[in-house]
Amino acid sequence: MSATQPAIALRGVTKRFGAITAVDRLDLEVPAGICLGLLGNNGAGKSTTMRLLTAQAIADEGAVEVLGHALPRESKAARARSGVVPQRDNLDEELTVAQQLEVFARLYRVPRRERDSAIARALELADLAARADTRIDALSGGMRRRLLIARGLVHRPELLLLDEPTVGLDPQVRQELWSLIVTLRDAGTTVVMSTHYIEEAEELADDVAIMARGRVIDRGAPAALVARHAGAEVRELTGDARALAHAETQARALGLPTRRRGPQVAVLRAEGLDGQLGPGRTRPAVLEDVFVSVTGEEAT
Amino acid sequence: MSASSASGAARAASPSPPPPRSAPRRMELRALGGVLHREWVVFTRYWRSTTFSAVVEPTIFLLAFGFGIGALVAEVQGMAYLDFVGTGVVAMAVLFASVFPAMFGTYVKRRFQHTYDGILAAPIDVRELVTAEALWIGVRSGTYGLAPLLVASAFGLRPGWAVLLVPLIGILTGFGFAAMGIFLSSVVPSIDSFGYVISALVTPLFLLAGTFFPLENLPGWVAAGAVVNPLYHTVELVRGAVFGLAGASPLGHVLGLLVFAALMWTAAVVGMRRVLID
Repeated sequence: MSATQPAIALRGVTKRFGAITAVDRLDLEVPAGICLGLLGNNGAGKSTTMRLLTAQAIADEGAVEVLGHALPRESKAARARSGVVPQRDNLDEELTVAQQLEVFARLYRVPRRERDSAIARALELADLAARADTRIDALSGGMRRRLLIARGLVHRPELLLLDEPTVGLDPQVRQELWSLIVTLRDAGTTVVMSTHYIEEAEELADDVAIMARGRVIDRGAPAALVARHAGAEVRELTGDARALAHAETQARALGLPTRRRGPQVAVLRAEGLDGQLGPGRTRPAVLEDVFVSVTGEEAT
Repeated sequence: MSASSASGAARAASPSPPPPRSAPRRMELRALGGVLHREWVVFTRYWRSTTFSAVVEPTIFLLAFGFGIGALVAEVQGMAYLDFVGTGVVAMAVLFASVFPAMFGTYVKRRFQHTYDGILAAPIDVRELVTAEALWIGVRSGTYGLAPLLVASAFGLRPGWAVLLVPLIGILTGFGFAAMGIFLSSVVPSIDSFGYVISALVTPLFLLAGTFFPLENLPGWVAAGAVVNPLYHTVELVRGAVFGLAGASPLGHVLGLLVFAALMWTAAVVGMRRVLID
């Protein structure tokens, strides 16, 4: 892969499952060394996109290239240089932590002379050195998640694919994993992370690609997306149904996008409104406002 | 994650230089080795229970039939009935030790444990995965197939030197039936469906292979049909190896098992590719 070559390039990729089009003419390019967040609700096509990148799903149309290898023909070569952390826990319950890492060090073709140090490094990375001889079925949920990440990194891949890495984890463990992902990205690993947690994408991703109905609707740095779609401030208005409907009509007349959220209406690009549209509070615009604005869907 | 580990992580996380390119179409020994290693590590955890069932069940068959029917039938095809059934049960032991783990084990690893999703994210393709799984089960079942011979030897069986070929016959047979089990696991709609497979396929296979009684006494069409039963070829080869029976050439039987293994391997690869790759 040359310095200017993207780590990932998808061009016009379509993947169908019967009548359902999971990925629809997707174009996506990921430069090397960044963390890209694929943000979307369930069914947006994120997981299918991740499986296309390992050739565990084959595109019906279009071209997929990973680390300079055309898939599916050169998928083994691409997978040798990639690490995968699946959404679904598929650890070998009956093995110990160290055994699991050794199995994957072999599967990922880490040379024999480097295998012990690779396992030690992965244990250190996941903070599991003290648990090396613990059976996996005795680990906590957070430890299992860290082991999944360590397993995907045992061969020091250039590209790490994280499919919903923190789903179902408690906030403390999530923070730990976020630190680890930042560390990896800072060390030069290209990270592609699918998530439906907006704050996760906002926190970790250099670039966010918002997916809906199998396509990337918009893409950019989180701050740039926010500035583009939601402006600097959001005004959250409260009141009875009639007042809210009136406020929405007024905001639209001013060319400002709105979103309904329970008993509130949020008016985007509200900087400079200066108390117009009725009582409420003003807050900084966030990525969630963008997500709802461009997809028309509330985040799940 | 601790602060010390975070700093260690920075060192640990640096990507390594790219490994040598792997050949896109060629079956690679390194890939097979990775899967075989995983099976070996798992086996070291469960070898006692696995070995117990693989050895004890055929031994019970051997003793029950050998002494039960053997008391009524002194000789079959010129050999003591215990010797006849002792060699027949070798084939049955290989069948049971290959087709059952392949059906149930593969199904559980694919549908419930999602083990194959993890493995196929590494540089391994479905062909290599199926080959390694069938090879592992084949070698294991070929080894277990020796147990009935050892038991029969304790009761007077005196095999010739060609008995050393029995593990090879067992491995070839086990590979074919393991591939068959893997294929079946890819087409059944649920794990309960294996009940149909066992009743309608596995039971006739081991009863109509000349394991417990000679096929000549059966209706002609059944005896003729045995030619397409791979286990019949295993039984003939094992008896030939143990007793050095003259007359029939073993090449036809070997060819029968090779064709069966090749067909089942192909079916298993196609079936598993269908269910593992979207």
